[in-house]
Parts: sequence; structure tokens; C-alpha cells
Amino acid sequence: MPVASARSPFLRLAPPLTIALFLGPVAAGLAGTILPAFGWLPALDVRQLSLEPWRQLLAAPGVGRGVVLTLASGLGATVLALASAVLIVAASHERRGTRPLRLTLPFLLAVPHLASAIGTAFLVAPSGFAARLVSPWLTGWQRPPDLLTLNDPFGLALTFGLALRECPFLVLALIAAESQIASGGRLAVARTFGYGAAEAWLKLVLPQLYGQVRLPLYAVLAFALSVVDMAVVLGPTAPPVLAVQLLRWFNDPDLALRLVAAAGAVLQLGLILLAIGTWRAVETVLARLCRSWLLAGPSPSFERALRLLGRLAFTGVLGTSILGLGALLLWSVAGSWRFPAALPSQLQLASWAAVAQDLSWPAATTLLLAALSSLAALGLVLACLEHEARTGPKPRARVLALAYAPLLIPQVSFLFGLQVLFVRLGLDATFPGLLWSHLVFVLPYVLLMLHDPYLALDPRFLATGTVLGGAPARVFWRIKLPLLRRPILVAAAVGFSVSVAQYLPTVFVGGGRWPTLTTETLTLALGSDRRLAAAAALLLALLPLAALAAALAVRSPRLRHGR
Amino acid sequence: MRLVLVLMAVLLPLHGATAETFADVLARARGQTVYFNAWGGSPQINDYIAWVGRETKARFDVGLVQVKLGDTAEAVARVLAEKEAGRTEGGTVDLLWINGENFRAMKEKGLLFGPFTDMLPNFRLVDTGGKPTTLVDFTIPTDGYESPWGMAKFVLFYDSARVPDPPASLDELAAWTLTHPGRFTYPAPPDFIGSTFLKHVLYEAVPDPARLQQPVDADAFAALATPVWRWLDRVQPHLWRGGVTYPASGQALHRLLDDGEVDFSMAFNPAEASSLILAGRLPESVRSFVFRAGTIANTHFVAIPFNAAHKEGAMVVANFLLEPEAQARKQDVRVWGDPTVLDLAALSPADRVRFEGLALGPATLPPDRLGPALPEPHPSWMELLERGWAERYAR
Repeated sequence: MPVASARSPFLRLAPPLTIALFLGPVAAGLAGTILPAFGWLPALDVRQLSLEPWRQLLAAPGVGRGVVLTLASGLGATVLALASAVLIVAASHERRGTRPLRLTLPFLLAVPHLASAIGTAFLVAPSGFAARLVSPWLTGWQRPPDLLTLNDPFGLALTFGLALRECPFLVLALIAAESQIASGGRLAVARTFGYGAAEAWLKLVLPQLYGQVRLPLYAVLAFALSVVDMAVVLGPTAPPVLAVQLLRWFNDPDLALRLVAAAGAVLQLGLILLAIGTWRAVETVLARLCRSWLLAGPSPSFERALRLLGRLAFTGVLGTSILGLGALLLWSVAGSWRFPAALPSQLQLASWAAVAQDLSWPAATTLLLAALSSLAALGLVLACLEHEARTGPKPRARVLALAYAPLLIPQVSFLFGLQVLFVRLGLDATFPGLLWSHLVFVLPYVLLMLHDPYLALDPRFLATGTVLGGAPARVFWRIKLPLLRRPILVAAAVGFSVSVAQYLPTVFVGGGRWPTLTTETLTLALGSDRRLAAAAALLLALLPLAALAAALAVRSPRLRHGR
Repeated sequence: MRLVLVLMAVLLPLHGATAETFADVLARARGQTVYFNAWGGSPQINDYIAWVGRETKARFDVGLVQVKLGDTAEAVARVLAEKEAGRTEGGTVDLLWINGENFRAMKEKGLLFGPFTDMLPNFRLVDTGGKPTTLVDFTIPTDGYESPWGMAKFVLFYDSARVPDPPASLDELAAWTLTHPGRFTYPAPPDFIGSTFLKHVLYEAVPDPARLQQPVDADAFAALATPVWRWLDRVQPHLWRGGVTYPASGQALHRLLDDGEVDFSMAFNPAEASSLILAGRLPESVRSFVFRAGTIANTHFVAIPFNAAHKEGAMVVANFLLEPEAQARKQDVRVWGDPTVLDLAALSPADRVRFEGLALGPATLPPDRLGPALPEPHPSWMELLERGWAERYAR
């Protein structure tokens, strides 16, 4: 089969082209951040390599606590999201299988982080929807209680908000990975040995799946450690997590603080590497410790606990998200709505009218950016994967793994440098420049979603196709694409929602000329009109929801074995 | 497009603004589109800017696009990145809503175009004598590098349904907070409103207010600022949420007041409470007050970056913002409620009438009850104040 690849120059060029499209901006961006961190920023007449920015960073008040908060909320949210995702998928095997999950959780996944955070804040604030529903008849609260449910100094609200948002992503990753291995037979065998469905899945299937979901998991970890928009809405304020502090410094009128911000951005990168390294080490230790437990045989009480917890987690995640979206919906049509009224005293469509008038152009930009960047990403990814499939993962093809870099490197660590690069190229504040910057973040997710399903495609189909006289290209178009129709569409929809949610790249590279729904919604969320913010957040959620619904409406051909 | 810009830059060099008249500027501005980078968190202000754009398009054929910022410093960062990349022409920011720290930083780093205010015919209507902050921004002389747009005076709001008698001094505010735990707070510095609140505590602490106009170093600050920390330490445990967290911005504090989580808020625009009440975003029982000793007053401006692509258009817009008609509309509480920078005595009778008919709104203090105007301290005070606050309350 390698012969076939030699005949297709486009495919051969795909991996290097993809890498160049990515590593170029990321490397230039990192350089543009690392140099100032060590005292090199000619625009400010700073040309003396030194450790001074680091000294100032370590002396800045609140940085130590910001680092602790970052690690605690990032690791905490990832553990929580993984645990609930595992429980949810395990429990889903008891009766109806994963069907209810497939129908519901992806929709939560499509809701952009910012919209989810605003909804969660509207729900859990002491004056929020949840407190209003039970006040004053149950609580006796005539005024909002003075409770620390939001922006708490321990970052708990942020941790739960992040976990709530990332859990659906991990559930989807687990389900996607499971559909690639023959779990059905294995589970059936386990049941004849007296295992319950959930325990069997946990002990027999999960250890196999874990390796496949490791990368999405690390992406979640890196994201949770460096998130900005959710942390602004839900996180602690004094001091905030490191990423928010960095953005403040990058935006500080005292331009000299940019050097400190750059040092902090390098520190942020270090934290992520440290967290991933720690996670990896704990994985190895846990795997050892669990070996005897895995072999200990079935336990009915464990099975019951698993099912209960799984159902609780599913209800919790789904319920909280729906209530949050419900609060958004109510606020978007609310006139006057004062505590402790459970429902608005008047309803009006003024907020929607204002949003329709002000946000139609940003919505069009958002749609175009998301559609083009996810299509471009899909084309590049399919070309790379087809190349890899035909040649086998040679060392050179493994370079493709580098395309995941934007997932693991915090955006704030390279966006300032990237902005400078784009200005040099005359690409800043232009649509192609903005599209490119979105592609940098969209492509890794598309690759992540497609890589395993694509390469795990049962080779016998392809062998059959080839034996029947199909050229590799014909096999690709006539067999692979139809078989992978569903994962391809879902990957495109995920890419679409990633583009819709981009905040920092749009601000840094778009030069403010290309406002999108996300930038406009964050501006509104920081303003004083909650009704407009709610309407904008819902509109923001609507686009990716529609894309995902369309992708999921398409059925896969029923050719696979197993279920 | 870029080629056109480069050609324009070569064919139409603009060496400062000295040798040309405003008529030349108007002629060259024709057909330009000005990208106005302005904080976009208030629908009323955004609507006002949209009106300005419609007028400049109709009157001068100058289009206006508001680039809505979450924070003015985002635009400062962009101009800096353009300078870093060597782009001295055709920059993406044409006009910038600015004052204080951001202005000082841009002026010091040579990121601003000018001086240009003497070119603007309407600048002569500005009350530079009666409103000295139109020429001195946070103790930094403007030197014609920014054109005044509106006046600001710090005011506090209270919910009269829950607080019958608002405190008239910081001591009374502390006493009230101690007896009503959890009902008062201020935005976390370095938020603009939060830092300004701290400056009032500073004014109480420093015996000679004139000292605040001079730069200060860390040692002198440490000696002078002790009473600031004493006041804050006293109220901190009794603040909203026990002082372990703070609202992120003045806007966030307005929401807390609207939700009934606190009884006070604060703003730099004396008419902000009225305007929010009219928009249904604060309870109708909210009223304004100031401290007996006075509150800080300043001015906000528009400036043009050194590399703006449409400097002429930006000057035409800056001049239109000072048009009596535009200033009167801006002061109307139903539109925005932002006080004018103009000298009403210098206006024609017809223009003066535009201002005289304006209603104050339900919660705005009349000018004679706004109390003494305190000048902004030198920026070095604010930097040390913010840092000291972070060291104590945000560790």
C-alpha cells in the first residue's frame, strides 16, 4: 500500500502542510512570549536579557495563591469530570445502553463554555434561580442570603462549573472510543460470570478505553488549568486564578507589566506540563494498585453503588445544565424580576429585539468562521489520516501528534506573540488571519475526534474493497467515508462549536474588527444588563447546538459488529 | 486594500497637524470609516455612539464603527503589538475612548498622534477654565493628545427602601457597615471603580490633600497610608461575603444592588443610577449621595493612536463629539446622562437652551448638591494603593 501513497502528492504533502499551518503560529507565538519573559521586548525599548520579569512575577501579591487555585480547580475539575463521566457511562450499560446519553449529553457539549458559565452563575448565585425557587416559602429568605456560592475564594464554583461543562465531552470521548472496540461480547461473557453490567464495564472495558481517551483527558486538564472566560464569571476574584491574572497584566495600562505577564504565561505552561506529568504518574501507580481489585470477582453491592452514583451523576449534570439554560431563557425574556420572585413579574421581548438588531452581523461572522474553519480542518485531517493509514505510522507521520500542541499549550501563552506575527504578515484584523487563528484551535479537536475511529476502522472492509479491485482513492471515497459518516460529521460539529467558543484569538487577532457572538456576549456579561447577556448567551449556544443536532441526525450504516 | 492604504500614506502625508486647516481635514476625511475603540458594556452608550455614526455619515461622509471593548487596555495592547511589528501606518485603531492610566501609558510610550485638539473648532467651547480636568488627566497634562468627551464625578448609590439615611462620610459608612454586616462592598481593585473608592479612603488618611498631587515612593507611601489599611481592616470582616470575595466591577456591583444582595453601589457618572432605573435595571427606590468632604472628579477623553489609518476621520468625529447638539444629547438621562465638558456661557443662546431643558432623572443629584470635586491623585499613588490592597486582601 505504500506504493499507492507515492502516487498521491497531495496526501504526502498533507501532514507537513498541516504541521506548518500549526506549528508556525504556535512556535512564533511562543517565541514572542518567551523572549519578553526574559527581558526582550523591543517595542518597549527593553533589550536586556534578564530574570527581572520572573523576580517581579514571584514578588507579585496573590500569585502564589493564584497558582494553588489554578492547580486545585484544574485538577479537581478534571478528576470530577472524569469520575462522573465514567460513572455515567458505566451505569448506562444496565438497561437501555448508551442511547439516552447519545441523545442528551452531546447537546450539553455543544453549549459554549461562556454560555454554560453564565447559566450556572444565574442558577447558583445566592440571588439566583435555585434560591428563588425555594424562597421565601421554604427558606424564609426575603433577601438573598449572604452565602459564598459564587466566586468563592477556594475556586469551588469554578471547579464544579468546569466539571459540569467537561463531563459531557469525556462521556462522548468514552462512547466514541467504545464504539471502536468489541465491548459487547466481552460484557456478555462477564455477565455469565455473575458481573453486573456496570461493574463489568468498569473492570473489563474501561481499562481498554482509557488509553484511547487519554489525549482528550489531557486536553480537558490543560483547558481547565488555563480557562479564562469561565474563570471570570465563576472563579475567585481576589486573587483570581493565574490565567485571569495574566490577562489583567497583558491588559494593564502599565506596559512594563507585559514582561511580567509573559513570564507568568511561561509559568502557566509549566503548570500544565507539571499537572500532566503528575496525572501520568498517578495513572501508573493506580493501575498497579487496582490490579488485584480488578481480578477480585463480582460484587453485587458495588454494582448497586455504581448504578446509583451513575444515575445521580447523570441527573446532576443534566439537571444543573438544563436549569442553568432555563434561567438564561427566563432572564432573556424577563422585564422586572426581583428576589425572591421565582418567575419574572413581566415578560418582554425587548432583549431579544435588541440582540437581533445588534448581534446579527457578529452572528453571521461567527457562523462563517465556524463553518469555514471546521470544513478546512476536516479536509486537512482526512488527508493526513488517509496518508497515515496508507503508509502506516512512520516516525515522520507521528509528527502529526504535534498538531495537538494547541490543545495543551495555554492560549494566553502564545497569543501575544501570535498577534505580533500576524501584524508583521499584514494578517491581523483580516478575515483570513482570523480564520487561520481559529483553524489552529479547531483542527486539533477534529483530529482528536477522528483519529482513532479512522485508524481503528476494521481493515477487513478495506481489504475486501481492495480485493474487489478498488484503488485506494476509490476505497476512501466509497467505503471509508460512508462508514465513517457519523464520526466525521460529529467531528465537524465539534470543530464548529470550538470555533464558535473562541474568545482570546478573536480578540487578539481579529483586532476588534470581527466581533463574534462570544466576544459580544462576554462584553455584555461584564456589563450591567443581565437580560441582554442572557439573550446573547442563548444565541451563542444555539449555533453549535444546531450544528450538532444536524450531525447526530445522520445515522451510521449498520455494518459494525457488536451492538 | 493594503496597497491603497500605502499609496494614500505616500501621496497624502500628514506631518503632525500643524500646517493644515480643519477644512482640509474635512475634505480628506470624506469617505473614511473610523474604527472607534470604546468600552461596549452599556447598551445606552453603544446606542449613543451609533447615533454619532449616523450623524457623521450624513453630515461629513465619515462612517463610524464601534469596536466594543471589554477593557480599554485591549486597544492599548493592540497598538503596542502594531508598534512591535513595525507598523507605523495603517493601524487598526482610529479613535480610542481613554483616560488616566491608559492615557499616561500611551503618551509616555509615544503611541499617540498629536497634538491635535487645537485643530478642532469645537475645542474652543470646552470649559477648560471651570473644568481644569479637561486639560490635566490624573495630574498628567493632556498637551493636546486627547480631546475631552465627558465629565465624571464619583457618586454612591443606596437603596432608600432599606437605608433611610445614607452615610455622609467614610466613618459613618464604616459604622453603618459594622451594624449591617454583609450589606456593603466595593469592586476589587484594580477595577477602576474599586480603585477610585480606595482613593477616597486615601483622601481621608493623608493630612495634606495637596501631597496627593505629587508623585510618591514606596517608603513615603507606607508611612502615609497606614490609616487606609486601618479603615479597611475595620470594615473588611463585615463586608458582603465577609470580605473574602469582591464583585469584579462597578457593573457587577450594580447587579448586586439590583438583586438586593447589597444596599449600595457606586459609579463615575452622576446620572448612572437614574439611567439604570429608567432602563429597569435598578430598583426605583435607588438614590445617589456623595461624601460631605467631596468625591473625585475627572474627565474622559478620546485619543488617536500614532499609526491610525484614518486620522482625519477620527478628528472629524472628535470634533463632532464636542458639538453642542451632541453634548446635550449625551447629557440627556434618557440617552446616557453623561455631563457635558462645554462651557455653557460660551454657547449661543440657541445651543444653551438644549441643555437647560434637560431633566435630571429620578436619582441624580442636582449640580449644587454634588459636593466638592477632589482631583485625581498622581498615578503613583494608585499603583501603590492597588498593590498594597492586593498584598493584604487578595493573597
